[in-house]
This record gives sequence, structure tokens and C-alpha cells, in this order.
Amino acid sequence: MSTDPKITLKGVQKSFGSNHVLRGVDLRVDKGSSLVVIGGSGTGKSVLLKCILGIVQPDAGEILIDGATLKNREEFLSHFGMLFQGGALFDSLPVWHNVAFRLRQGKAKLSKADAQELAIEKLRRVGLKPETAFQFPAELSGGMQKRVGLARAIASEPSVIFFDEPTTGLDPIMAGVINELIREIVVDLGATAITITHDMSSVRAIADNVAMLHAGKVRWHGKVGEIDASGDAYVDQFINGRADGPIESVR
Amino acid sequence: MLAINYISEALASIGRSTMALFSAIGRLCIFAASAISHMFRAPFYPRELAAQLLKIGYFSLPVVGLTTLFTGGALALQIYAGGARFNAESVVPSIVAIGMVRELGPVLAGLMVAGRVGASIAAEIGTMKVTEQIDALTTLSTHPMKYLVVPRILAATIAMPLLVLIGNIIGVLGGFLVGVYRLDFNAAAYINNTVDFLEVGDVTSGLIKAAVFGFIVALMGTFSGFHSGRGAQGVGQATTNAVVAASVMILASNYILTELLFPS
Ligand SMILES: Nc1ncnc2c1ncn2[C@@H]1O[C@H](COP(=O)(O)OP(=O)(O)O)[C@@H](O)[C@H]1O
Ligand SMILES: [Mg+2]
Repeated sequence: MSTDPKITLKGVQKSFGSNHVLRGVDLRVDKGSSLVVIGGSGTGKSVLLKCILGIVQPDAGEILIDGATLKNREEFLSHFGMLFQGGALFDSLPVWHNVAFRLRQGKAKLSKADAQELAIEKLRRVGLKPETAFQFPAELSGGMQKRVGLARAIASEPSVIFFDEPTTGLDPIMAGVINELIREIVVDLGATAITITHDMSSVRAIADNVAMLHAGKVRWHGKVGEIDASGDAYVDQFINGRADGPIESVR
Repeated sequence: MLAINYISEALASIGRSTMALFSAIGRLCIFAASAISHMFRAPFYPRELAAQLLKIGYFSLPVVGLTTLFTGGALALQIYAGGARFNAESVVPSIVAIGMVRELGPVLAGLMVAGRVGASIAAEIGTMKVTEQIDALTTLSTHPMKYLVVPRILAATIAMPLLVLIGNIIGVLGGFLVGVYRLDFNAAAYINNTVDFLEVGDVTSGLIKAAVFGFIVALMGTFSGFHSGRGAQGVGQATTNAVVAASVMILASNYILTELLFPS
């Protein structure tokens, strides 16, 4: 595996008013590797992903893609997919159109029949039946919406892909299916992935590397195999889910 | 000492809200300029435009039709009563038509559409913003300005003149029905009187107003939606803002347009 960095963050800061969410994040994601970001809820993990995309403008710091600041965001986004924490499905469109949304745009646009066929295939990969394709997002359960969001994120076989809490709200069996799928996408497609999760079984299934975000900074960064012997009290508390430790339970 | 504190506090708060108003106006101008510039740059979304034309234009017909029908009727009664004071009952047909076509048709339709369409645009886009659907559009290589804002503004600007044209006809019909069945006008004479006195400029000026009002309604709806606060409360506030701002802007621009279109 090559070790060129695909995404590099240097001292990224972001505040919302007096809420200093990111206080200088340094991070590096190698090309074709899978990074999992862990950290308590509200520590700014979702904000971090949005900063990389330029949806949220960081206050300070540098974000490099392939070693340079992003000049052509549209070019980058054309090989990109993202699963949003809340699914973010378009509720005016049926499920199949959500999944194939990108492929129904632009010059090389798919026909309706081809788009539906492709959507059904992607839905199958996330464990959803073909009938689901013709329902509307509001008719689905939260976990099903999440999986449709996942199908949409992978539909155009992106080379960079972000998953914001892919298994939250899924039963353990379905979570296992999704973990495997994410791993497959990284290995088979050679995609670079950043996944946010709170689920330690996901971390172990998906990650090459793990970064823990705490108090607006990367508290610990290392290989997934080293996480149990990190020697960091914060990481230990998080991965073992203990109520007492250095991380305050009121945040 | 206390009085000075109160006064300076009051002045500071006036200053703050003035600053907030100017910054909102600035943001609105930038938003409008960006929307207009995206109208002329590909990709275009004709399907979205068609869907919005249907939603904004066609489905507003009942509301606009009912409003103008009753207003036309009431107008006929009022003008008859007023005209009777100096034996000028015969002006009813022409004044109803002129009042409807130049003023009441566009303004009433504008206000009704602000309530119906402006609110729904703001709520829809506000919800999309709050649930990250707008961010999702961006990550799917689709510009929210082109996909969401441009079709709505174009559709409203095109649909409003058509709506007002139909509303005018229904409004004049309302006057006609009251004139003939309540006030004992001769039907043929009523129609002749209407047609003879109405000029093309009366109609076109109303349609120009209608296009401007349509633009305002969709602009304020999309702008408020895009700047919606977080949560259901944010969306509710955005909806209210869209309707109130669009209504006030319609009435203010109506005065300005009347000055410009009919210089005295
Ligand atoms: N658009 C925004 N405006 C204001 N505050 C925000 C915004 N987005 C996120 N925040 C705040 O940033 C903090 C981190 O949020 P988030 O990144 O969603 O946390 P998480 O780590 O659980 O994903 C929270 O306190 C949240 O309230
Ligand atoms: Mg989050």
C-alpha cells in the first residue's frame, strides 16, 4: 500500500460563536486507507468532516488534498461520497432516485430504467429489498434511511468516502453487514475512507488507523491494533465505555 | 446616572438592530445577485422548473381566483354606491376593470401567493437546510443555487403574470355578475363599457407588477429558507420572515412601480 497522504489537516480550528469546537486538529489519512475517528458526542467530529469538504469554512489551519490546498472543489466532489449522520435523504424523491441522484445528472446521465436497476443493486448491497426502491424516505425506519444514505454514498464508486456514524440505529447483525461492506469498499475499490463511529466493534472491523478527538484536538492517533495498548487514559476510558476516568461525563 | 444608562442601553439596542437590518439587506442583495447569475449558467434543471411552475402557478389558481372574484364583486358595489353620490353610476364597469387590472389584481394575487407559496418555499428549503439535505446536494455535485433557488424564482416570475391575467378576468367577471344581477346593469352594455375604456397599458402594467411580485415572493422564500436557524423553531421563524418580508416588499414596490409606470 502506498503511503502518500490523501488528506492532511494542519492546525484546523473552528468556532461557532463562543463554542470553540476544533482547536487545532492535525490529521493525516493515507491514500487507500481507512481512518476511524472516535470521540464523545459533540466533540466536533461531524464538523471536522464538513471542514474537509468546505461546507463549513474553518477559521484557521490548512487542509490539503493530495498534498495541495483544494483549488477545484467540484473536481474533488465528483469522486466523492458521503453518508450524513442523519441520512439527509431528499424526501421529495423516491428511494431509487436518491440512490442514483448523481448518476441522473450531467452529460453521462443514466436512463430512468438503468438508474433504477443500479439503485436496486446498491440497495441489495446494504441489505434492502428491491421494493424499497419505490418507496419514499419518509416511509422508511431510521435504520433503513441510514442504509439508503449509505447506498447513495457508494453509488458512483467514489475514491474518497466519508461515513458519519454508519451503524448508529442498526441492529447488531445489520451493523455487521455494513461494517463488512465498508471494509470491502476500501479494499476492493482502493478508496480512502474516514468513518465516524462510537461503536467499538465497527472500529475494529473497519479501521486501519484510529484517531480520537477530544477537547478540539486529536488526542491519540495510531494503528487499530495498538488501540488496546495505547497507554492513554482517555482512549482507555472511551474504548471500555467507563463512566469514570479523565473524560467528564457532563459535556 | 440611571437615566443615562437606560438611554445608552436603548441607543445601543437601536444601533444593534439597525446593523442587523443592514447586514441582512446586504446578504439579501448578494443572494439575489448570485441567483440571477446562476440563471444564465449551465447546468439547467428544466424538470425542476416544470414542477415548480405547476406547484406555484397552477395550484395557486383557486386561491387567486376566489380572491379576485369576491373583490371584483365588492368593488362594483362600492363604486356604485360612491358613483351614486354624483349620478355617475355608469362608471362602474370601467372603474372596476381599471382598479382590478392595474392595482388590485396584482397586489391581491401577490399577497395571497406570498402566503401560500412564499411560506411553503421557506419551510421546504429551511427543512432541507436543517436536515443537511442542502449539504448532501453539494456533495453530490449539484449546486443548491441552481437546483433549488433558480427554478423557484424563475417559476414564480413566469407564473405570476399568468395567474394575474386569469385573476383579472375573474375579478372583472365578479364585478359583471354583481353589476348585472344586483345593480341591474344591461349585460351587453356592461361588457362594452369595460372593453371600451380599458387600455393595453392598464393590463401590461399590472402584469409587469405581477412578475416583480413573483420574483420577490420566491426570492424571500428561498433566502429565508437558506438562512433558516437550526431546528423546527428555526424553520418556523424562517417561514414567518419570508411571508412578512415578501408582503411588505410587495406593497412598497407596488407604490414605486405605480410611480414609474404612470408618471403624473
Ligand atoms: N452549524 C452550526 N452552528 C452552530 N454550532 C454548530 C453547528 N454545527 C455544529 N455545531 C456545534 O459544534 C459542536 C460539535 O458538533 P458535531 O460536530 O455535530 O459533534 P459530533 O462530534 O457529535 O459529530 C456541537 O456543540 C454543535 O452544537
Ligand atoms: Mg456527529
